[in-house]
Formats: sequence, structure tokens, C-alpha cells
Amino acid sequence: MAEQKVKLLGFWVSPFVYRVIWALKLKGIDYEHIEEDIFNKSPLLLQLNPIHKKVPVLIHGDKVICESYVIVQYIDETWPHCPLLPQHPYERAMARFWADFAETKLLITIAIALWARGEVQERAVKQAMEAMEKIEGVVKGKKLFGGESIGYLDICLGWMSYWLPVWEEVGGMQIIDPIKFPATSSWMNTFLHHPVIGDNLPARDAMIEYFQKRSKDISESDWFEGIIRLHLQP
Amino acid sequence: MASTGSVADQEGQVMLLGFWFSPFVKRVEWALKFKGIEYDYVEEDLTNKSTLLLNSNPIHKKVPVLIHNGNPIAESLVIIEYIDETWKKNPILPQDPYDRAMARFWANFIEQKVTESTREALVSQGEQQEKKVKELKEAMEVVEGEAKAKLNDKTLFFGGGNGVGYVDFVLGWTCNWMETIEEVGGFKVLDPANQPHFHKWMANFREVSFVKATLAPKEKLVEYFRIVRQARLGLLLPYIRESSAKARSRNPESKQHHPESKNYHACVVVC
Repeated sequence: MAEQKVKLLGFWVSPFVYRVIWALKLKGIDYEHIEEDIFNKSPLLLQLNPIHKKVPVLIHGDKVICESYVIVQYIDETWPHCPLLPQHPYERAMARFWADFAETKLLITIAIALWARGEVQERAVKQAMEAMEKIEGVVKGKKLFGGESIGYLDICLGWMSYWLPVWEEVGGMQIIDPIKFPATSSWMNTFLHHPVIGDNLPARDAMIEYFQKRSKDISESDWFEGIIRLHLQP
Repeated sequence: MASTGSVADQEGQVMLLGFWFSPFVKRVEWALKFKGIEYDYVEEDLTNKSTLLLNSNPIHKKVPVLIHNGNPIAESLVIIEYIDETWKKNPILPQDPYDRAMARFWANFIEQKVTESTREALVSQGEQQEKKVKELKEAMEVVEGEAKAKLNDKTLFFGGGNGVGYVDFVLGWTCNWMETIEEVGGFKVLDPANQPHFHKWMANFREVSFVKATLAPKEKLVEYFRIVRQARLGLLLPYIRESSAKARSRNPESKQHHPESKNYHACVVVC
């Protein structure tokens, strides 16, 4: 089963897609990359992911899997060499807990800090830094979240190492202060210098341009207003 | 139960910190009972959280928290996967990686589109609530579609041939709480005529022995969630102030805290 053809529907700048790319590359799995234009979704994407209509989508033989963290766990269970999740159930639970925390408490708040301005941005930055303190505590004293090698949590948090500095520049704000978050800063450096990661990142200039262009559309959308209402504390 | 509050004190035990109304706690209880795991249940007072809870879940300070061999685990879906990986009898998730991926996908869909949307519809009103209810109805169409595709007279549950499974536990709260929240929130998404397969699943799930034995009475849930809604809409505080003022005017010496305000604080911290 593991020998069947693997394809990945992706979008060049998506950190969620890169989670899957890193998982595939770390395990040395050959795959075909199919680039999607998420602003003009292909019939293939709409057919394969009718529920969410989003990338990444992994196709393995005749199987289709959606949602980045579901895909990464599928990859880890189908190709068990170079394991990404820890072996012990309690450590696995901790990896999943922190991945969920980073997604629901940190990433969303940083997205608000990226697109908002003025007082809303200030509150978002403050809330993001409070969440970041928790992450700092998790990686303190470790080379990587996975210990000596890249693991599931490193992959789920990989956006912090490369996308976050871009967002800080576009948003004109700072969340990762190396003095406040020395362990996280050190992790960012270690993670990015891993050959598999360093060789698989989108071009920074293109990212800056992309996120700057998106700024107006997102900050004025109803969706964004809803996000602020639900996730930013008063 | 004597406790210094230290997590290490619970070595060798399985303990679940919970609150009677919480559907997230119920999921974990169902998983433990399904596997026949002995555990101590601790009813938390969410207006006066125990040291054990605060030490075990310092990040979210919420229930459920499972403490096993002194190790605390929080977040219901994380806990259920931990239970499944630690106690192999009566598997909750399927064995095959693709089937596991599908179970996790559906669990995630249910949480994002059904559970969260219901919570948001409960604590909103007017145009905001209408928007959430519309999203919820669309999500329920997807759930009905999945129930129609997967369930039949021989396969009663999403766990497939093995009976109940992960998706059933994650969706299970709907069989009791959805009606309650509809009543309190003043909206309707349950539609037996258009959701026949989902309603059949709910009826079957309610009859599972450990589910039936643990469902809270509807009147109690309605009373609780009514306070949650009013608290979040800012409707309860004037009532409490007025009631407290009236109570004080009747008995100026009394320092007694108004009983309903306890639930107000509980509602605010859990929602």
C-alpha cells in the first residue's frame, strides 16, 4: 500500500501545505506536487475536498486525505520509519495538545495581529506574546520540540520559524523578541538550518509581496471581523 | 477526597476531573466506560477551581482533565486518543491508517462546524445568531449526508462493524445537548423530516448503555444553559445586581453571596 503513487495539492505560500511537504521529505517519500490557485479553485480540488475546498490535499493511490494535521499523522502511520510522533502515548498526547494550543490560541491571534492596526493590533500582539510564553516553556532546554530530531510538533509549529518573521514585517509588529523568547528563537534557527526544511521553503520576497497584497481584502472582510470578535480577548 | 493538589500524588490511579453539564467531559467518560477502565470522577466547582485542576491544566484551566499515573492530559479529543493508545481493548479509532485519517477528519469537522457553531449560536442573538444558525444547518446537511452514506440497519454507528467509535463519541453530545441549546437559544436546526438518518443515529446512540446511564436530565441542562446564554449576552448581571440589592434591603446584615451569581461566574469561565 505504501508503494502507491503520492500526490499533493498545494499552494505555494501556505504553511499548512508545507507541514505535509516537510513530513513527506523527512521520510524520503516521492510525490508529485500539483499547484493550486486558491483564488480560482480547480475542479480537481473541489471534487477531492468538497467539504472545506482547501489545500493541502494528499492523494495516495485512490485515497484522499484532507486537513494538514490529519495528513501528517496519516503519513506517519503509513510510513512508520523516521517517526514524527513520539512513541509513548503520554508524549504523543502532549505533542497533540500543544499543536492544538498553537493552532487555536497562537496562530489565530497572530493572524489578527498581522491584519489589524491600532488598538486591535496592540491587543492581539499582547495576547500572542502571552501564548508564546507557553510555547517558550515547552521548548526550553530542548534542541527541537521533538528532542534531538524534528517531530510532529516541530512540523506543526514550523510556520513560526519562517512565516512569522514575514508577518511581523508586513504587519509592522514584533512578537518574537529574542530576549523574551530565547529558547523559541534558538529553535527557529535550528529548525530552519535542517537541510530538509531549509531546502523546502517559499521565496521570502514573494511572500512579503503576497501578504501585503492580501492586507486590504482581509482587514476589511466580515470574516476578519468575526475572527476578532471570537478570538480577541477584551 | 484528600489531596495536596500535587499531580504526583495520583500515581497509579485514573482520575477524571469534570463538570456535570459538560459534553466534553461526557465524551471522555463514554470512552473510559466503553473500554471498561476504572476511574475516580471528581466533580469540579468551576467557581472555585481546585488546586488539582489548576495544577493539572494550567494552560486552559478547564475540564475535562484525565490524570493517569500522575500525568495530566487536557482537551477531550487528545484525551480520547490517549485512552485509545494506552488501553488496547475495545479500540475506539480504527486500525487502518486511512480509516483513522477519515475518523480524525470527521471529528475535526464536527468540532469546527457543529460544536463550535452551536456554542456560538447559543451565546449570540439577532443577525449574528442567524448567521451561525445558517452555518450550523449547512453543517448538519453534511452530517446527514455522511449518516446516509455510512449507516444502515446493520451498521448503526460511525464506528462501523465494531459498534461505536471515535466519531460517535465526538458527535454524541448532539443526542442530548442539541435540543437543550435550541430551546435556550431560540433556534431550530434539528429537523427529523430532513435528517432521518442522523435522527436514527441519535436515537440509537442514546440507547447505548453507558450513554443512557450518564445523560443529565434535560430540565437541569436547560436551566444551566439559560444562565450561560444570559451571562454571555450581558443580561444576567443587572438581574443579579437587582436581586442582590433586594436581598440586602431585606437583610442589611447578610453577607451571603447570591446563589445565582455563582452560576454566572461558572458560565463566564467555561464559555
